[in-house]
Amino acid sequence: MRLLTHNMLSSTIKGVSNGFPLTIEAAKVVEKQVDMNSDFLKNIFSKIEWKPFVEAAKTLGFSELPEEDVQPSLLDSHEFLTKFHHALLEIHLEEGALVCPETGRKFPVNKGIPNMLLLEDEV
Amino acid sequence: MAARPELQAPPEIFYDQSEARKYTSSSRIIDIQAKLSERALELLALPDDGVPRLLLDIGCGSGLSGETLSENGHQWIGLDISEAMLDVAVEREVEGDLLLADMGQGLGFRAGVIDGAISISAVQWLCNADKSSHEPRLRLKAFFGSLYRSLARGARAVLQVYPQNVAQRELILGSAMRAGFAGGVVVDYPHSSKSRKEYLVLTCGPPSLNAAVPNAKGEDGMSCSEDDSSGDEENQTVTISDRNRPRKKRKLDKKSKGKDWVLRKKEQLRRKGSSVPADTKYTARKRKSRF
Ligand SMILES: C[S@@+](CC[C@H](N)C(=O)[O-])C[C@H]1O[C@@H](n2cnc3c(N)ncnc32)[C@H](O)[C@@H]1O
Repeated sequence: MRLLTHNMLSSTIKGVSNGFPLTIEAAKVVEKQVDMNSDFLKNIFSKIEWKPFVEAAKTLGFSELPEEDVQPSLLDSHEFLTKFHHALLEIHLEEGALVCPETGRKFPVNKGIPNMLLLEDEV
Repeated sequence: MAARPELQAPPEIFYDQSEARKYTSSSRIIDIQAKLSERALELLALPDDGVPRLLLDIGCGSGLSGETLSENGHQWIGLDISEAMLDVAVEREVEGDLLLADMGQGLGFRAGVIDGAISISAVQWLCNADKSSHEPRLRLKAFFGSLYRSLARGARAVLQVYPQNVAQRELILGSAMRAGFAGGVVVDYPHSSKSRKEYLVLTCGPPSLNAAVPNAKGEDGMSCSEDDSSGDEENQTVTISDRNRPRKKRKLDKKSKGKDWVLRKKEQLRRKGSSVPADTKYTARKRKSRF
């Protein structure tokens, strides 16, 4: 799972009012190179919750993203786009867990796949 | 004919390793999945601007359908309830992200972040109660409600489904409408029991131009897409239902074809040798909208 997906995911356990962002516990992180597409990055930028994105990237070992004052004008900077692209699409959480911020319930991640199945009493 | 898979076992059991294997080894299955997902992507009608979008593949299974999305440049997130199927997707090194999840429990995405969703041959599984705690209506409600919330306004979901009967089709479509979607069903190859395919084409957000069900191909003598220009009557697409949101009165459709058109069309089909129901006083009568 990449941070693109992490940034869109929230916990839907019954009774949880704000399940976003899921905390990451990283046991294994892998990187896979992907061609950069700046149109995609420009389009998705407004949908990214930036702070959780920066935090998640740090958890996975990448701390070169700007933290403050992230304006759309940054999208004109190639340097920024390269980092944004890398953090969003090239870093994978391979093994570990996602943790619901309200309940602490862990969703295990194996072979890069988060197990988001809920138990009957969580639905 | 083999019994419907939905009647044999729950999906996470039915799609076991040996079933999942077919998705890498059977060229027929691979071909069908590719064709269905290309058509679904076409019906999504994303803006023609070359910008890759963030899409969902619901019941992504082995990732064959997702590969179509990747080939068209899009980013996607796939979810499926079967580990065996997802293992095949991992093996295939699909480019999308995968989640082990049950759509009937609702999708866990933030509001409005998804640009479009496709689903190939998966949603009819929700009509089955595989556990005592399963109530199809509630699971469909959870699914469509959460899908609606996660889609950007104006975005579409195209769900290719195999409803078992009319009641299931109504159940699925009704749940979608109650969640706020506008849209209807597009039927490809309606006259062929083998090739017939149904797609729910749903639009999120207030009814707008976008919400019209895509034009039926082959209805106005227009040719179908490139490869089906044979004129073969199987190669037709008709829209069988065009419904709007519940509670809103439907505007009179100016383009409504009326009885004369239907009678003419039936006559044409008869000349081609198709079996067509006899004309009666019920032919092309106005039908009450169900919602
Ligand atoms: C016909 S297969 C589609 C395969 C997929 N399009 C592919 O390319 O491999 C239907 C899929 O729907 C999945 N499915 C059925 N019920 C589901 C549910 N409640 N939640 C998520 N996936 C489900 C099945 O596990 C199966 O992989």
